[in-house]
Amino acid sequence: MKTEISRRDFVKASGALVVSFTASSLLQPLAQGPFDTHPSHIDPAKLDSWLAVASDGTVTAYTGKCDFGQGMFTVQTQLVAEELCVSIEKVKLVQCDTSVTPDQGTTSGSQSTPTNFNTSDLAQAAATAREALIALAAKKLGVLAEQLTVENGVVRAKGGRRVSYSDLIGGKHFNLAVNSAAKRRSPPEWKVLGKPVPSLDMAALMTGTFEFVHNVHLPGMVHGRVVRPPETGATVAKVDEESVRQISGLIKVVIRNNFVGVVAEKQWQAAQAARTLKVDWKPGPVLPPQKDFCDYMRKQPSYDVMLVDSNDVDDKLKSSAQVLKATYLHPYQAHGSIGSSCAVADVQPDRATVWSPTQSVYPTQHGVSALTGLPFEKVRVIFVRGAGCYGLNAADTVTYDAALLSQAARKPVRVQLTRQDEFISENYGSACMIEQQAALDSSGAIAAWNCEAWTASLGNRPGYDRPGNVITGMLAGFDPETPAPQAATAPKSELRNRSNYVPSYLAGCVNGTCAGAGSIRSERVLTHQVRSPFFTGPLRSPLRLQNTFAHECFMDEICAYVKSDPVAYRLQHLRDTRIIDVLNAAAKAAHWDARPSPKPGAARTGTVTGRGIACVAYEGDNGYAALIAEVEVDQASGAVQPRRFVCAHDCGPISNPDGLRNQIEGGILQGMSRALVEEITWDDRKVTSTDWSTYNTLYLGIQLPEIECVLLDRCSAPASGAGETAITLVAAALGNATFDATGARLREIPFTPDRVKAALTSRG
Amino acid sequence: MAAISLKVNAHVHTVDVDLETPLLYVLSDEMHLRGPKFGCGMAQCGSCTVLVGGEARRSCVMPVSAVKQQEVTTLEGLGTPEKPHPIQQAFIQEGAAQCGFCLSGVIVTAKALLDEKPQASDEEIREALSSILCRCFTHTRMLRAIKRYQRSRA
Repeated sequence: MKTEISRRDFVKASGALVVSFTASSLLQPLAQGPFDTHPSHIDPAKLDSWLAVASDGTVTAYTGKCDFGQGMFTVQTQLVAEELCVSIEKVKLVQCDTSVTPDQGTTSGSQSTPTNFNTSDLAQAAATAREALIALAAKKLGVLAEQLTVENGVVRAKGGRRVSYSDLIGGKHFNLAVNSAAKRRSPPEWKVLGKPVPSLDMAALMTGTFEFVHNVHLPGMVHGRVVRPPETGATVAKVDEESVRQISGLIKVVIRNNFVGVVAEKQWQAAQAARTLKVDWKPGPVLPPQKDFCDYMRKQPSYDVMLVDSNDVDDKLKSSAQVLKATYLHPYQAHGSIGSSCAVADVQPDRATVWSPTQSVYPTQHGVSALTGLPFEKVRVIFVRGAGCYGLNAADTVTYDAALLSQAARKPVRVQLTRQDEFISENYGSACMIEQQAALDSSGAIAAWNCEAWTASLGNRPGYDRPGNVITGMLAGFDPETPAPQAATAPKSELRNRSNYVPSYLAGCVNGTCAGAGSIRSERVLTHQVRSPFFTGPLRSPLRLQNTFAHECFMDEICAYVKSDPVAYRLQHLRDTRIIDVLNAAAKAAHWDARPSPKPGAARTGTVTGRGIACVAYEGDNGYAALIAEVEVDQASGAVQPRRFVCAHDCGPISNPDGLRNQIEGGILQGMSRALVEEITWDDRKVTSTDWSTYNTLYLGIQLPEIECVLLDRCSAPASGAGETAITLVAAALGNATFDATGARLREIPFTPDRVKAALTSRG
Repeated sequence: MAAISLKVNAHVHTVDVDLETPLLYVLSDEMHLRGPKFGCGMAQCGSCTVLVGGEARRSCVMPVSAVKQQEVTTLEGLGTPEKPHPIQQAFIQEGAAQCGFCLSGVIVTAKALLDEKPQASDEEIREALSSILCRCFTHTRMLRAIKRYQRSRA
């Protein structure tokens, strides 16, 4: 019926390419006894940790950055093929496995491209390997390296003499350090990188043969389900194990502190047991009312950071005749992966193997170690793709669930979370409140900008030492990270605008060094982090989206107040060339109608149209984008219908233009869903958005806007991230377009019809 | 528990399961099929969609006993990586996926509609997809792929 290659077979098979010349326990990672990590394969300073050339000329590359659907598998394969001058079919990429890949931390934060595509890590290793192979060929052929050319794994000298990679090194170690001086192939030379190579997993995905973590099967594997506290912060008073005794196939009820789960022979039995198990829960604290959550945040003790402060903002605000103020609100939102999270663990008395969709195999190795009591080096974590995660979904927590249940049941256990398990206790994207103030000078230019932001947080990525940062770890007895109240001090070090707390229009000066993208020198940005009642963690464009929504809408409010065109006025306050270029490119491509907003002569009833713009220097310097939205607003129903988006994008040299477009298009529509409908809701005890009927999203049948991408291929710049730039701008561009169409300002996400109607009612 | 025979992707399988078990669990856990996936378990997202007697059904809420004599076809039953079904080929050509977890819902639902109504209007296609989710929001490419497939059959 099937020719299934399990993950362990895959690792054995791909490992064999390297293993053929190593005498290491790496060969049998799942054999009895310890599977020591193999230093020569893990030390990132060593070339052999990243690459091996087998006797058949196949290149195996090892990466700590993995693919969740954002395309990293294909582009990293392109990168290795490019640097080694081999065809893409010759490259086998092994992703994120604590036994065989270098520790590159977490695949997140638009950092995979900056890390692996510039002058370190995977790219530099591949460049080192090519130069080393050419040097070996020069020696073997007795000619100077400069006289050699390489094509498809064969090094050629003039006159037809040639030698292949496999002849030079096939099956042997390089025994070299990664050379920081090795020369990367430059974009004009590229034959594989920079091309729209179709995603390598496309055929397997479309035909249902791709292996997701949900498809991992081990001999003797049984099924686990968890029983989460139904109310936020509830703790276990009593578990009545007798209540499930009649369920056939039940293996064990597992209780560890407040962690409760069941293990059964079959998944259906585990699901029934989890549903039937009688647990008395002791209620947690009453939750703050959702409708007053911003006031609640403002009153909490907070961890404060002053990012920039020119010390003259209060004076400017006081002395200016024109001061504008506005407050923007962003709700908690879910990652809402389409597949509820799943993991498989095989915890034995002396070691554990875990198949996990985590973004962080090495940190998870430590988390599983803390939960099981096994030394971390006895835990192997193997990444297997789950559903798209968009940040810290329940991938880490379900991995912990599987480890706890497998250890208790003494069998390999697969855990499938339910939709509710995931929705009620994942690490949501943070709720935020952002207050803006601007003083204008007599010419209408911005004389000072003051920004104060509140965010709520609890937990985060577990990292190497905080398993309590996700629900399972906390239920099992580990503490989550909470913000420790602390007053802000004057900023000391140079601004790194990683969360885009600082608007692009500010100069961002600290001690005379100005790292901002803009020109406003009277500037203050103060942030407050308060304890959240719910777990939080990175959700695609974490805080960057929330902050950019507030900055770009407020900028639009100022433009409207001074009756200036939103593109021209932005340009007046920007000095970074790259953000200026994307802004101009978007305006040109969209045939931007240069004039102040709102649109003159628009009807105050019926359906009206408008356009809005937003731009960002993502994380300060990790990608640049400008987005124009065109909307139709039905003023009777309050429905905002996006009609067209034009995005200009600069992420340095483009690794794969088709993959980039896919990210921009998906990011824009996901951003549209987040801007228009997505919001976590709760009552006084519990989260009430627990499935797709109570947490809104935009289904596939929606009326789709047109999307146009303008890609600026900036070959001379470092390669930067591209998965989070476009989404960052959508809410702001839509809010600004709605204002242009109607004169009504939206300051709270999501832009529900009720909120739109309220804004229409209160417009001047 | 009871033995039950199912014809899946043109092969007859006999499995020993509780007859209330959702079809999805039988396909995934007993037959190790990878196409239909557990998304929500509540028939809200579509990622478990399979053809049962030619009709698109949510296998996560369909008891295996309800299949009876009808033939079940999953995403992998339509075509193979080497020889994809024309609708799968259209999706490959359009690069219409990111994570790809939702594809059973999208492809199987669209195929069932267009088998039934080859000339379905854009509105009818949208209607058929109105309870299918793709959280990577690859919507634009997916709709393009469906239209490409529809045109190729005309």
